[in-house]
Amino acid sequence: MKIHEYQAKEIFKKYGLPVPRGIVAHNAHEAECAAKELGTPVVVVKAQVHAGGRGKAGGVKLAKSPEEAGKIAAEMIGSRLRTYQNPEGLPINCVLIEEGVNIDKEFYVGLTLDREVSRPVFMVSAAGGMEIEEIAKTNPELIIKEHVDPAIGLLPYQARKIAFKIGLTDRKLISQFVKILMTLSKMYFELDASLIEINPLVKTKEDNFICLDAKIDFDDNALYRHPDIQELEDTTQIDPLELEAKKWDLNYVRLDGNIGCMVNGAGLAMATMDTIKFFGGEPANFLDVGGTATVERVAAAFKLLLSDPKVKAIFVNIFGGIVRCDRIAGGIIEAAKQVELDRPLIVRLEGTNVELGRKMLEESGLNIIPAKDMADGAQKAVKAAKGEL
Amino acid sequence: MSILINKNTKVVVQGLTGKEGSFHAKQCLDYGTQIVAGVTPGKGGMTWTDDEGKYKVPVFNTVEEAVKETGADASLIFVPPAFAADAIMEAADAGIKLIVCITEGIPVNDMVKVKRALEGTGVRYVGPNCPGVITPEECKMGIMPGHIFKKGRVGIVSRSGTLTYEAAYQLTSRGIGQSTVIGIGGDPVPGTTHREAVEMFNCDPETDAIVLIGEIGGTMEEEAAEYIKECVDKPVVAYIAGVTAPPGRRMGHAGAIISGGKGDAKSKMEALKAAGAYVCNTPAEIGEMVEKALKERGLL
Repeated sequence: MKIHEYQAKEIFKKYGLPVPRGIVAHNAHEAECAAKELGTPVVVVKAQVHAGGRGKAGGVKLAKSPEEAGKIAAEMIGSRLRTYQNPEGLPINCVLIEEGVNIDKEFYVGLTLDREVSRPVFMVSAAGGMEIEEIAKTNPELIIKEHVDPAIGLLPYQARKIAFKIGLTDRKLISQFVKILMTLSKMYFELDASLIEINPLVKTKEDNFICLDAKIDFDDNALYRHPDIQELEDTTQIDPLELEAKKWDLNYVRLDGNIGCMVNGAGLAMATMDTIKFFGGEPANFLDVGGTATVERVAAAFKLLLSDPKVKAIFVNIFGGIVRCDRIAGGIIEAAKQVELDRPLIVRLEGTNVELGRKMLEESGLNIIPAKDMADGAQKAVKAAKGEL
Repeated sequence: MSILINKNTKVVVQGLTGKEGSFHAKQCLDYGTQIVAGVTPGKGGMTWTDDEGKYKVPVFNTVEEAVKETGADASLIFVPPAFAADAIMEAADAGIKLIVCITEGIPVNDMVKVKRALEGTGVRYVGPNCPGVITPEECKMGIMPGHIFKKGRVGIVSRSGTLTYEAAYQLTSRGIGQSTVIGIGGDPVPGTTHREAVEMFNCDPETDAIVLIGEIGGTMEEEAAEYIKECVDKPVVAYIAGVTAPPGRRMGHAGAIISGGKGDAKSKMEALKAAGAYVCNTPAEIGEMVEKALKERGLL
């Protein structure tokens, strides 16, 4: 789960991490008042959306007066911010007005799971502020890495090692930096974060560190033990179809193509998309209906696929394991009746009781195009989407 | 021979009395798996029986007791996500050397800690969020449909459940059996990796060929490819799911996500090709490719 920057900064504050003074505003008036209250010659207006790359997309702007802050806020709020991470754009419902900071130097600090060693890893770079992913590709040696032992957390010597490697020499700054890293490590485990990122962590001209940006992603699987964090979720930042899918416990990701896919199992669902692509088609989505594929869930999945106007054909690919194919076929028939299918439906069934399942589909009177295997189904779906079937 | 489990494996089921545990334990028993004990804290002393009253299994409060009373040497875990890490640690502490954890949705940090705690202990755990392990016609420790597997000499390791079934079904339909099939699961911190599974198959004299099914996310397939390049002479057939998956989006499995420019399907496929594996474009080709590989080596 993602949260907004202002929410992450509230959490940072609770943990004693240095963040700029800031006030959330939902309209121009609030923004103007916030800027006045902060009282610094310059304030920063920051769009609150769940996407990185905001600066480049025009979501972070300086204002030299409260009136200007109000004006910028008025332009931002209610619009959508399109970033390279999210080309469709996300709605800006509020902005964060922050005091200006005298930046001397910018650093990048990230903490996330390193899957190669199954431990969290700190990634720190003196080349902060820029696109860190670009640096990781072109100059990986500029990113200092340090793994955290989950049994004992980050140790001070590890933080010091990083501090020296990024060129810190001032004792006060080193001690501030070590404290920040130690706190992040503690936060990561206590809050079940999956990513904490400060980009940039700023050294001010007054020789202090301050977290200019803050990002925390949380492990969905662990939210049950953090009800307070769960409350921070902003569903306006999630694709409405994906939100609807979540209600039904369906794993759905919207893509750009025109062939709707319904599959059981995440691996098979990905493989189905790939097979469609391999035969020259474009999948409209990833959708895993899970192992049970009951009538209700299959019907919900059909509704979801049909509500996407780009979808020209639907490919159902099910491997019936423990759940027998005849029961799955029953589910598909029942669901198809409920939703009034108006687009071609290609069904590939395999596994336990497959003969009975296929027979049921055939005799259902529904306009179902049967497929003998995955490749056959994908090819038929590609044709159907082009209107050639 | 096979790897990890065989007809002599004595299984304790943690979470036997729950809905999932009961349903799948019966399926395992029907397959011939020796389930000798169940563990549900607070239900020790009772006897579990399936809905038809066909089997009777003693239930214990702790794994320690179960091991002491029944000699169980492997554990199959169905307990809910909040208690699953604890269950794995309990089994390990009781001296169980093979643990298969089916549970989906365990917090990642819990598994990071389990992995750390079990380092160097010699405990092999598979999962979580996996279909389990099966040695066809001998022992099934998992939720896979047993009848699609057939005894034979091809090892399968996979991150995905239904893709495992797809592959096994294609092999079985062609009359090609399997030595052992391992579902290592779709989580970012798996107990057993592709590389470790490939290594076990490589050392198993009764496995002739290996099928490796991977997906986007992480670098497990690349690590396996390195090992294959250096040490494996047996034919390896590979398929990687997720060529069409966009970066930054999680494809169902918590572990199936391309992040930080790492873990895309193409680089995995290239690594495996460079290691000499037969790489399939679609899963529909797996059966055909294995048959071809076995014939080329004179193994079929």
